[in-house]
Amino acid sequence: MVNTKPSDEEILKGLGVLDDEEQSDSGPDVAFSVDRGPSDEPLPEEVSDEDLVFDASELSVFYGDFRAVRDVNLRVRRNEITALIGPSGCGKSTVLRSFNRMNDLIPSARVAGSLLYRGVDLYDPRVDPVEVRRRVGMVFQKPNPFPKSVYDNVAYGPRVAGRKKGLDDVVENSLKKAALWDEVKDRLQDSAIGLSGGQQQRLSIARAIAVDPEVLLMDEPCSALDPIATARIEELMAEIKSEYTIMIVTHNMQQAARVSDRTAFFSVELDESNDRRTGVLVEYTTTEKLFSNPDDERTENYITGRFG
Amino acid sequence: MAMATIGNSGAAERRVEDEIFRRGRDLRGSGFRTMLFAALAISILFLVVLLIQVFVDGWPVLDERFGDFWSGTLRSRSSDDKLGISQGMIGSFWIAVFVAVIAFPLGIAAAIYLEEYAPDNIVTKTIDIAIRNLAGVPSVVYGLLGLFLFVQTRELKDSTLYAGGITLAILVLPIVVITAAEAIRAVPSSLRQGAYGVGATKWDVIRTQILPFAAPGVLTGTLLALSRAVGEAAPLILVGAITGRLAPRDGSFLSLEQFSDRFTAMPIVIVGWVQESGRDAGFSAAAGAAIVVLLAFVISMNSVAVVLRNYFEKKRG
Repeated sequence: MVNTKPSDEEILKGLGVLDDEEQSDSGPDVAFSVDRGPSDEPLPEEVSDEDLVFDASELSVFYGDFRAVRDVNLRVRRNEITALIGPSGCGKSTVLRSFNRMNDLIPSARVAGSLLYRGVDLYDPRVDPVEVRRRVGMVFQKPNPFPKSVYDNVAYGPRVAGRKKGLDDVVENSLKKAALWDEVKDRLQDSAIGLSGGQQQRLSIARAIAVDPEVLLMDEPCSALDPIATARIEELMAEIKSEYTIMIVTHNMQQAARVSDRTAFFSVELDESNDRRTGVLVEYTTTEKLFSNPDDERTENYITGRFG
Repeated sequence: MAMATIGNSGAAERRVEDEIFRRGRDLRGSGFRTMLFAALAISILFLVVLLIQVFVDGWPVLDERFGDFWSGTLRSRSSDDKLGISQGMIGSFWIAVFVAVIAFPLGIAAAIYLEEYAPDNIVTKTIDIAIRNLAGVPSVVYGLLGLFLFVQTRELKDSTLYAGGITLAILVLPIVVITAAEAIRAVPSSLRQGAYGVGATKWDVIRTQILPFAAPGVLTGTLLALSRAVGEAAPLILVGAITGRLAPRDGSFLSLEQFSDRFTAMPIVIVGWVQESGRDAGFSAAAGAAIVVLLAFVISMNSVAVVLRNYFEKKRG
C-alpha cells in the first residue's frame, strides 16, 4: 500500500470538478487581500504547487449568522505535520473540520473565503464531499470504534467505497502502519469495544488510513489518552508522516512543539457589541520559530503561559 | 477554618469528629425511598391479583377440555361445552400479521425520514407533535376511521379481516414511529462522524451504523405496538368484528380466503363471553381461559422480540 500520489488531473476528476480548461487557479470570486496579516509573512521556504495540499485564503466559518472563525490564511504542505493550537473556543477544531467538509453535517454551518485542495475549491458546489473525505481522513477526539470486530472496523472504509477483494491485506497493512497489528493480530474478530483507549485510537487511525487518504486530520487525538498512549500516537505520527500529510488540533503546546513542522496559533476576539467570540488566526509559521521567536505578542503570551 | 485547625491535636481532632460524624438519620431520604418502593409494590400487586383471578377462573376449562376449547364455537345454545377460541385466535393471529406487515415497515421508514432526512423546520416539528398526539388518540376514534374508510365505502359493505387488520395497523403506527425515532436519535454522533470521516455516504451511514445500533430500541417499540394491537377491542367492535355467531370455517389457520370473510378476534370473544357470564357459569370460566390463552400468545410474541433484541444488542458490543 504505497501511497502513490495521484496527479492533479486525477484529483480534479475524482472530485468531480475537472472540466478540461478549468484548472487549479479556478478559485471563487473572493478578493484576495494582498496584506495577509502577520500570519503569512515571508514563509521560511517557498512551496511548489506539487507540495501545496491546502491553501486557505480569508477563510471564515459561520454557524448561522455567527462567525465562529475569521480570516484564516493557511497553506498546508505535503508530508508535513501542521499543528493548530490556541485557547478553548478559538475555532481550531472548526477550521480543521472545514478541511474535509465535516462541517457539512451541521446544517447551519457555512464557509466564506476560499479553501483550495490541490488547487480545487473544496466548496465548489460540484465537489462531492464523500470523495473529499476519502482523500482527507479524520481521527476524532474521542476514540470512536464502531461496535464491530477489529477487522470490520478497519475494512469499513474500503467496503463502503465498494472494495470487496484484498481486504485482508488492507486490514493487515493499515493495522501495521497504525502500530496496532502485533497487539490485535490474534483477535481480529473480537469486538473493537474491548480494546483499551489507546488501542482504540490507533484503530481509528488504522481505519482512517485504510482508505489510503492523502491527508489525515486529527482533532485532539490524544486528549482522552494517558501519557504512554499519547507517546505512541506521537511516534506513529512521525512514522507515517512520509506517506501522509497531517493536520492536528491540540490543546497541548508541548505536543505541537514535539510533533509538528508548522504551527498555527489561533486566538479569540471578543466583540463587545454583541458579546460574541470569534476565533482568529494570529500567527502561522514554522514550529521552531513560533515557539522560540514568535512575531505576535499574543502568541508569545500564550506559549509562555501568560494567557489562555 | 479547616486550614487553621491542621496541626493542632486534641481540641482540633474533636472538632473534625463533630463535623464529619453522622448526625441522626436522613428521614426525608428514607421516606422518599419507602414511597417509591410502595408505588412499585402496588403496581405489581394489581398485576398479580389480576393474573391469579384469571387463572382461577379459567383453570377448569384449560384443565379439563383444552382440546375442544380450541376447536369449539363462539356461542352455544345447548351446553357450554362447545365454547371455543380457534376463530378468535385466527383473527388475532392475522391482526398481528397485518400490523407486522403494514405498521412496522411504514413506521420505521417514517422514523428514519423524520430523524435523518427531514429538515429541521416548523413543518417537521408540527408533524412530530402531530404524531405524538396521534399516539394518544382514543382507540375508538380509530375504529370510527376504520368503519368509514374500509367498511362503509367498500362496495362489499362488509366487515372483513382486511378492515380490522388495517385499522389496527394504523392505530399502532404512531407508536412505532415514535419509538423508532427515539431509538435512532440515541445513536451516538461519534458513530456517524466516524463513518462519514472515512467516506461513507448518508445511505451507508444509515445502513451500516444507525439501523444496526437502533435495532434493539426499534424492536422494543414494535413489540409494544404488536401487544397493543392484539389486545384492542374497541376499534374492532366499531369495524364490525363478530360477537355473535360466526359460521364455522373449514379453511385452515393460514387460509387466505378468510381475509374477505367476516371475522372475530380474541378481545372480542372475551368481551362477548364476559357479557354473558352473569347468565351461565360456563361463559365465565371460558372467558378466563381465553384471557390466559391470549396472554400466552402475547408473551410468546414478546419473547421472540426479546431474543431478537438481545441478539442485536450483543452484536453491537
